[in-house]
Amino acid sequence: MLGFIIQRLWQAGIVILAMSVLVFCGVFAVGNPIDVLISPDATQDIRAQVIAQYGLDQPLWRQYFTFFGRMLHGDFGQSFVYNMPVTQLILSRLPATLELVLFAVVGASLIGIPLGMYAGYRHESPAAKIIMGLSILGFSVPSFWIGLVLIMTFAVQLGWLPAGGRGETASLFGIQWSFLTGDGLKHMLLPAINLALFKFAMMIRLARAGTREIMLTDTIKFARAAGLSEGTVLVRHVLRLIAIPLVTIFGLELGSTLAFAVVTETIFSWPGLGKLIIDSITSLDRPVMVAYLMLVALLFVLINFFVDLTYALLDPRLRRARA
Amino acid sequence: MTAPLLEVSGLKTQFPTASGVAKAVDGVSFRLERGEVLGLVGESGSGKSVTGFSLIGLVDEPGRIVEGSVRYEGRDLVGLPTSDLRRIRGKEIAMVFQDPMMTLNPLLSIATQMRLAIAAHERVSKAAARARSVAVLARVGIPAPESRLDAYPHQFSGGMRQRVAIAIALLHRPKIIIADEPTTALDVSIQAQILTEMKMLVDEIGMAMIWISHDLATVSSIADRIAVMYAGRIVESGPVGAVLRDPRHPYTQGLLDSLPSRTRPGEELRQIPGTTPSLLNLPQGCAFAPRCPRADDLCKAVPVESVAMDRTYRCHHPETQRSAA
Repeated sequence: MLGFIIQRLWQAGIVILAMSVLVFCGVFAVGNPIDVLISPDATQDIRAQVIAQYGLDQPLWRQYFTFFGRMLHGDFGQSFVYNMPVTQLILSRLPATLELVLFAVVGASLIGIPLGMYAGYRHESPAAKIIMGLSILGFSVPSFWIGLVLIMTFAVQLGWLPAGGRGETASLFGIQWSFLTGDGLKHMLLPAINLALFKFAMMIRLARAGTREIMLTDTIKFARAAGLSEGTVLVRHVLRLIAIPLVTIFGLELGSTLAFAVVTETIFSWPGLGKLIIDSITSLDRPVMVAYLMLVALLFVLINFFVDLTYALLDPRLRRARA
Repeated sequence: MTAPLLEVSGLKTQFPTASGVAKAVDGVSFRLERGEVLGLVGESGSGKSVTGFSLIGLVDEPGRIVEGSVRYEGRDLVGLPTSDLRRIRGKEIAMVFQDPMMTLNPLLSIATQMRLAIAAHERVSKAAARARSVAVLARVGIPAPESRLDAYPHQFSGGMRQRVAIAIALLHRPKIIIADEPTTALDVSIQAQILTEMKMLVDEIGMAMIWISHDLATVSSIADRIAVMYAGRIVESGPVGAVLRDPRHPYTQGLLDSLPSRTRPGEELRQIPGTTPSLLNLPQGCAFAPRCPRADDLCKAVPVESVAMDRTYRCHHPETQRSAA
């Protein structure tokens, strides 16, 4: 197991290194940020001075090494637009996205998987057909539209829930979180539902397909022949046997939602990362873009690492193969 | 005379399909006494496995038992609510399946799987469940059961896995064990071992057993009585020695003739001409008639079951008794 962990950490390091080169070159190629930063009527002197100040007069490889050296110290430079350290800027936005996305993805899984298992277990029942109908809706209706409908219904017409913002926050570990206050939770509900719908539908379909397949196997027949109750069969056998694809999708969805919750964050004016990256792209705020993309790479590497560990915990055959 | 341990009468299990109703089990009747081993023989698709599953109400969807009764100690199991059936499965009537690679859950340790099987019927502490599992594993011939208990199925060989499956079936000392071709997926040498051990276990514990197989040779070495199935019906039954020595039904005769051991080396194997009929489209009357050398117009009607002494057969033209000939 330890060997496996070390091997994965080594691979993760290489992925991050490769990503840093790609991201740096990619963003460098986007255009010259100086044109956005200073007014067009600035003198040539001021222009040269600003370019030198940001180190943009250096050759690309030297800029990269400076960038990489700083990155190792957690320093991504100053944001051109906000005029504050990028690390600090991103960290101030990260908790908002983190809590919203975790709430949405975990909630979608906790509700979606049992519903999907039920739909697979009693696949002929009317309830199963309703569940599957809902899941098709979750797949096919665009999320911006659902977001607007949610706001129209629950915020505008019924007035039950707020239409946007984070609401009241409370401090934990020196960070502001919405989920700790009632008001914050109320603010989080609509955007979380909006984000969760697609994942909810996906979890239902995955769990249903897996359950239907597993229910037909001799493993389940044998368990039933031993007198196990249907509940025990579903929880101890079926859930376990369908868990690997569920964990895979959970990981992928968690990563991509953390990185790209843009649409929902914009609709509900949720001050998270997605909003930040869109703003930075339009204003060519290069350090923020680079830092953000590196963060996304890091998140995916971390999530994949934990997903792989979970595989090994779930399936003893993988444990042996990797030992 | 007391009631038999298990009495199946007129059992019919059918599978509705898009192209008609498949009559997998079509009026099967037999008795099983305490401690008796019944060999249920037939080709693939003859309904022998479905019969086994029907007994404990585990017929695959969309199949269902449409007629007949399964009396276990006088109580009819057909139509019993699932919760009542569940209390019988594993505790009174246990089952072992064909392929041990497929029956055990690859993700759970043997200890967990055995504990779940124990907990299905009794509330016992973890330690007690462990002790009992170790004892049963030792009984089915798993070496060092204490240390093997925490292993996973993939760490066992095929024969050992089947022993584990048998151990799980034996946990509650059931009165009947249904063995659905438990040696078919194993190596020949292991087959013989498992067969001998099962026979010993059945004798020791005093269980009755239904041994389902397509292999006449295996059945003849383990069973007390034999029932030959063809296209969902039992065509002949009786004490194993008498039936094999002196078959009445032409199908049984055909099966015996096609055994390699009955043919001299170099001689061609005698086969039964034709193939098993589709369950969707069974011939009128005797299902074996189209392949039968003795068939005539009489065979267009389903033959009634003739009962003579402890033997039964369904045939209009039974083979004559050899001893008399």
